[in-house]
Amino acid sequence: MQLTQLNIDTARSAVQERKTTALALAEEHYARIQKEDGKIGAFLTLSKERALEQADRIDRMAAEGKPLPPLGGVPVGIKDVMSTRGVRTTAGSKILGKFVPPYDCTAVARMEAAGAVVLGKTNCDEFAMGSSNENSAFHPVRNPRDVSRVPGGSSGGSAAAVAADMAVVALGSDTGGSIRQPASFCGVVGLMPTYGRVSRYGLIAFASSLDHIGPLAKTVKDAAIVLRTIAGRDPMDATSADVPVPDYVAELEKPVRGLRLGVAKEYFGDGLDDEVRHAVESAIDKLRSLGCEVVPVSLPHTPYAIPAYYLIATAEASSNLARYDGVRYSYRAPGVKTLSEMYRRSRDEGFGAEVKRRIMLGTYALSAGYYDAYYLKAQKVRTLLARDFEEAFRNVDAIVTPTSPTAAFRLGEKSNDPLAMYLADIYTVTADLAGIPGISIPCGETREKLPIGLQILGKHFDEATILRLAHAYERAA
Amino acid sequence: MKVTEKDVAYVADLANLELSAEERVGMVRDLNSILGYIERLSELDTSNVEPMAQVSDRYGVDESRQGSERFAYASREDVPEGLRKSLSQESALENAPDADGAFFRVPKVIER
Repeated sequence: MQLTQLNIDTARSAVQERKTTALALAEEHYARIQKEDGKIGAFLTLSKERALEQADRIDRMAAEGKPLPPLGGVPVGIKDVMSTRGVRTTAGSKILGKFVPPYDCTAVARMEAAGAVVLGKTNCDEFAMGSSNENSAFHPVRNPRDVSRVPGGSSGGSAAAVAADMAVVALGSDTGGSIRQPASFCGVVGLMPTYGRVSRYGLIAFASSLDHIGPLAKTVKDAAIVLRTIAGRDPMDATSADVPVPDYVAELEKPVRGLRLGVAKEYFGDGLDDEVRHAVESAIDKLRSLGCEVVPVSLPHTPYAIPAYYLIATAEASSNLARYDGVRYSYRAPGVKTLSEMYRRSRDEGFGAEVKRRIMLGTYALSAGYYDAYYLKAQKVRTLLARDFEEAFRNVDAIVTPTSPTAAFRLGEKSNDPLAMYLADIYTVTADLAGIPGISIPCGETREKLPIGLQILGKHFDEATILRLAHAYERAA
Repeated sequence: MKVTEKDVAYVADLANLELSAEERVGMVRDLNSILGYIERLSELDTSNVEPMAQVSDRYGVDESRQGSERFAYASREDVPEGLRKSLSQESALENAPDADGAFFRVPKVIER
């Protein structure tokens, strides 16, 4: 049995049936991290003590013949924007370089309560701001398929860890595409749930009206198991929705015949790479052959999504990141003489270039004289984008698009051009703005063997349908 | 609208960022490039469109209810200790770059 190539069910059953142990699973994954991660850079911190303690607990349950919980003994990675008690949590930033949270993020606590073994914290763009993982203050992540290329961002460490068999599944966060785009670049499954579906308590905030937590996994079923584990109301997060959580795993087996799939021309326009277009069109044909009905839909405000997103997200970020002041839990510049100098120099030295750029853009968009023209305008355009989807979903059950206009680009290729980097999110930001769920699944490769992702968008709180479609496609492909 | 170095200095001040001279030049260039792209929003007539600050008052709630009634599920009885106990003083100070055991220590606030 190859211990680093299991999925959630095969790993859990192997531990339950005493064919292996949770300890051996964890150690085998650590050995692989030791061997492979020097060239990938997916992990920032390993939480061995915590992992081995949890593995031991699971092994004792198995030895006593008790039924293991759904993730019993499964080794997982956690994006370093989620707080872990006693384990350093940096958000990929120097300003939180030494931060050790006093409490656990709800999503992490739910994973562990379901038996997951947290191997460590995965690398990401600083404060989840980026599309290539080159904005990590520590080191970039490289794409396991081709180390000259980026893994996508901002959950690049989580995607690369799963793609390189260094974790069975991982948690990521998505504000403008940060789960789906790296999933697409690394050839894994990435699910962004509906806004409010998963508690964000303990998630380091980037843009609060857009932040989501979700899984990166090797299979659609694994993503469904993780979602079932972490979804649902949490009294610690007032924005978590009071909507019942279906059994996403059981729902996977329902037929897809007769489902109506929307295809929007706005997602197949200029800038879409030909190889990506062909792969996504073939995937749509495959879904049609499975009995889905494919119909055109119109999402006319799509070209305005990137500008609206980069105003709203940066405005919220400029407010959320005001808390890093060098007093309570962040880096303080040495040798400062006045309070004002302490704030300014600590933030200047602690934040990286992209974070400062976004704080500046957001502060500008909110400042007197520009608020109406920028921030308020963007919020109105957000209404139009949400209405586009409402209109389209009156007629279809899901919408299929490419996840990203290109396959993984090279390190350094876009890092000096912020606008070009922002445009990498062109097909993903819309779902964050509208609050709808989206999944990216692998749908082929380019001639250079780089993975291509198919994105399936669903109605609010209808993760079950997009998971079912993704599962049917995965099985047929 | 074109962002000038003066605008960048003003906004950096609002954001409590000490930007170096070199950073300011880069910031003028980058903000103008990004805002140039954002300009396309002005093509849309939004005079009769309500702004959307967040999505959760529209989806996943009982739409027949109005205002804060839609979020009635989020209210609860007051619990003296809160849903989780407050952090101890020691734990709250643990991540501080400078503390004296009882307080966060910062440079002198009032200049004389």
